[in-house]
Amino acid sequence: MGVGPTGKGDWLTTRVDQLVNWARKNSLWPMPFGTACCGIELMSVLASRHDIARFGAEAIRFSPRQSDLLLVAGRISIKMMPVLTRIYEQMPEPKWIISMGACASSGGVFDTYSVIQGIDQFLPVDVYIPGCPPRPEAILDGLIKLQKVIERDSLRHYQSAETAT
Amino acid sequence: MLPKRELADFFRNKFPDSFLEVTDFRGMLTIHIRGRGVLEVLRTLKTDPRFAFNFLCDITAVDHLVQGGHARFSVVYHLLNQHGARRIVVHAWVDEENPKLDSVYSLWKTADWQEREVFDLYGLLFQGHPNLRRILNPDDFKFYPLRKDYPLQGRGERSDFPVVERSIGSKWPATQDFE
Repeated sequence: MGVGPTGKGDWLTTRVDQLVNWARKNSLWPMPFGTACCGIELMSVLASRHDIARFGAEAIRFSPRQSDLLLVAGRISIKMMPVLTRIYEQMPEPKWIISMGACASSGGVFDTYSVIQGIDQFLPVDVYIPGCPPRPEAILDGLIKLQKVIERDSLRHYQSAETAT
Repeated sequence: MLPKRELADFFRNKFPDSFLEVTDFRGMLTIHIRGRGVLEVLRTLKTDPRFAFNFLCDITAVDHLVQGGHARFSVVYHLLNQHGARRIVVHAWVDEENPKLDSVYSLWKTADWQEREVFDLYGLLFQGHPNLRRILNPDDFKFYPLRKDYPLQGRGERSDFPVVERSIGSKWPATQDFE
């Protein structure tokens, strides 16, 4: 991004991709899908001490139609997986997924018939946060990682199938 | 409340067809019966003033596939007398071939969900239950997972879901170093 020149009138030159990505990455609206102790840790990230608002992601939406970041925090059972898939499909593009904690990422210690062994088998996860549960700092680090993912994105990636050819 | 020997005599005389034995583990009296007599035995334990077990704490079940017993399954009823703070346990034994026993919903309404849970996890059928369907597992689940012959990691249910791909355009290279 270039800013200038000094003097009369402020203007800047940039590319549309960079401007859009800058807006997107700093205004993520998370949809928290907390099913276990990771959800409790997530609340701490939202609260004042760690304050996820510093990264522009404080607008928690409990409606998937108003959010663009799915934060899966906790173990997902076989009964919950269709619900999670449906919530993801209801989110408008562009959308991202953070898999928070050992259970959402790999099933964790719950190697049983009823627990999904990693939601990335069925959903396109962008960032994994390890930990059981992760520290709030780790969650913020995951969010920063996701912002770097968004920085690399391009509007050309969002062309429809017909125009992409 | 009767001591162990008299309790055994009482139930042996009253229910000769279904009574099996009475055991005592550290003061916890347990009546073992056959599954078909469970409704009458529990009705006696509830209504007879010598027992007056008015509260059904819990229903659960045990699969005795490995250690053996009177039959393959035993359904365990934990009863409480709230006035005397006395407890008793009833084991109702049922076979694998005919896993049916009467519902005690008519005695305690709380048996509704507890019997559904036993049905869901062990596949035991409670005759006369008003709404015997799965309560924890998905409705289309095919197995009874707490049976000992069901593998701990399941039979592939946990990996049997449709895969949602990233939407058509937003495919950036999957492996990138974002450090």
